[in-house]
Amino acid sequence: MSTDLKPPDAPAPSVRGSSVRLGDRIFTNLTRGAGVFVLVIMASIGAFLVWKAIPAFQNNTGNFFTTQEWFPDADPPVFGIAALAFGTAISSVIAMIIAVPVAIGTALFIAFFASRRASTSLGFVIDVLAAVPSIIYGLWGLQVLMNHMEGITKWLNDYLGFIPLFNNEIGIYTKSIFIASVVLAIMILPTISALSREVFIQVPRDHREASLALGATRWEMIRMAVLPFGRPGIISATMLGLGRALGETIAVALILSAAFEINWHITEPGGNTFAANIALKWNEAGPIGLSALIASGLILFIITLVVNMIARAIIAKHKEFSGANS
Amino acid sequence: MKLARSSKFAALAATGALALVGCSSGDSASDSGSPEAAGMIGGAECATGTIKASGSSAQKNAMTEWINAYQTACEGATIEYSPSGSSAGRADFINNQVAFAGSDSAMEGDELQQAAARCDATPPINIPMVGGAIALTYNLEGVDNLVLTPDVTAKIFNNEITNWNDPALAEVNPEVSLPDAPIAQFHRSDGSGTTDNFTQWMAATAPDAWPYEPGSDWTAKGGQGSKGSDGVAASVKSTPNSIGYVELSFVETQGLKAASVDNGGGPVAPNADTATAGLASAKVTPNPDAGEGDLTMEIDYAVQDSAAYPVLLLTYEIVCQSGNAADTLPLTQSFLTYTASTEGQSMLSGIGYVPLPGELETQVADAVNSLS
Repeated sequence: MSTDLKPPDAPAPSVRGSSVRLGDRIFTNLTRGAGVFVLVIMASIGAFLVWKAIPAFQNNTGNFFTTQEWFPDADPPVFGIAALAFGTAISSVIAMIIAVPVAIGTALFIAFFASRRASTSLGFVIDVLAAVPSIIYGLWGLQVLMNHMEGITKWLNDYLGFIPLFNNEIGIYTKSIFIASVVLAIMILPTISALSREVFIQVPRDHREASLALGATRWEMIRMAVLPFGRPGIISATMLGLGRALGETIAVALILSAAFEINWHITEPGGNTFAANIALKWNEAGPIGLSALIASGLILFIITLVVNMIARAIIAKHKEFSGANS
Repeated sequence: MKLARSSKFAALAATGALALVGCSSGDSASDSGSPEAAGMIGGAECATGTIKASGSSAQKNAMTEWINAYQTACEGATIEYSPSGSSAGRADFINNQVAFAGSDSAMEGDELQQAAARCDATPPINIPMVGGAIALTYNLEGVDNLVLTPDVTAKIFNNEITNWNDPALAEVNPEVSLPDAPIAQFHRSDGSGTTDNFTQWMAATAPDAWPYEPGSDWTAKGGQGSKGSDGVAASVKSTPNSIGYVELSFVETQGLKAASVDNGGGPVAPNADTATAGLASAKVTPNPDAGEGDLTMEIDYAVQDSAAYPVLLLTYEIVCQSGNAADTLPLTQSFLTYTASTEGQSMLSGIGYVPLPGELETQVADAVNSLS
């Protein structure tokens, strides 16, 4: 974002002579202030997390990165983020596998296949989906979806149980990573879909008409003109969706059974994520417990930051294709 | 137009006059000092001002009711209780952000020393205020009078007993036909004083079957975690052949079934009376590190009495024994006098809590009275 800022002492275009007008100078400084302010906020959040996490790192007798247990208030404290990192990663990845194809399909349909009226109303519905609070998704997942997921998870166990991921050894199919992932998929779907749609709409008309004129079918036009043009957009939309999935808190906290172990059987009850664990443990945590939760929050902060930076980098790399200059 | 405006002024003046009348009548009543006047509640003289408190979410409903009753009776008093959790409440108290803190466990150790700084260099005291019972709630079709012993309960929650037709269950329930179905066991996935007290009961009464250290986080493997007592109650309600532990109030409001607990003195069903009888066996064990008049309690989880329910919860208010700020002391003292009174305590059984036994009530009232 800072790359977009004009160097402060670059000569501003001026109508009368070479003198910089007062209004321009004030405005430049205001925008620069806003930009700096955001950076300062980010830096102070990072500093706060590090500072508050220090007691946890000092007192931990486990390995912060490989220990699966979470007993920061025990004597001596033993805790680590291995189970949290695993749960966060696997639930987000499964959510992406479900959400991305559906979201791109929806975006393509809205952009190229639906009638004008259908595309406006469908776009509106998707935007509304993005505005539903996550607690609603959580309650819906817990009280409605979970009761209807038993059939499919049992089917996965019966027919695909040879894959460890779908094997369910205990015969209970509720409160699992898999259910949380499905809810996450629905939650991130509108984000990915809305952004991809914006990118698809910006595919230059020339490209599309040229491919059609060369005898391409609609599918071939999408495959050869739209998708290559939109790829950086799709990737960054996916990354932003991933960012939301990684940080989703309350819906996951409500659904998961919260176990501190790495369990590849994703249809069994269990699992935990960084954000859900913070929400669940914060209220009754002792001093080291609070510090340990902040330390786990620091890791989540870094992961989300990296994911978003990768997304931004991809967009920046393909700047020439972005809609801004079409 | 002119007429309309002047009538508006008239209305305004009338309202003002009414308000004035309201004030003055209230003042005169409290001046006269009559016990039936509006300036008294539960034997406490009304105080005015604003105090903040925070802590235990297990106390939330009790506090809400008490604050409503107090503020209705006492004009000019504002009490805010934020149920942010026990340890958050204790931290707020140490940092001098609240007049008192609600906590599921008594303050002890370093925290007392840290809190002394705000209490004129004397450590604060723990005052038991809200009692509760933890019910073992279950969802078994056709079974209405399940009995559980500490040993069987601990084995269920430790995944040693995994089917309802287990011989150990049949032994304590000779007259009940239990189904051949796997037990769906629910515990709290969040940190909670309920988990703390429940695991303390199991650790005290069935140490062989429950090898874990008691605490507010669930440490056993297996079973399923749900967030909050409402989450556990909802899970048990919607899952056939399930069992979980919740505060008694959730059993009543959600229409669930609660098992009778047999500590060795015969099965006891959880209700306000049996739980108060259970609390009567709790002993006052003043913490020497706390302030003068500390009422830290030790619950007798192993109580064997056919009328006393043993799975109990006792939550405290933590308050400075001396060195309370001059602007918060009157209202803190007056409000806590009301909550400790028979009038305040009797309100509890209607909302799923357990009133303190009479003797303890007197000790609590004395402790509140001695605050300065």
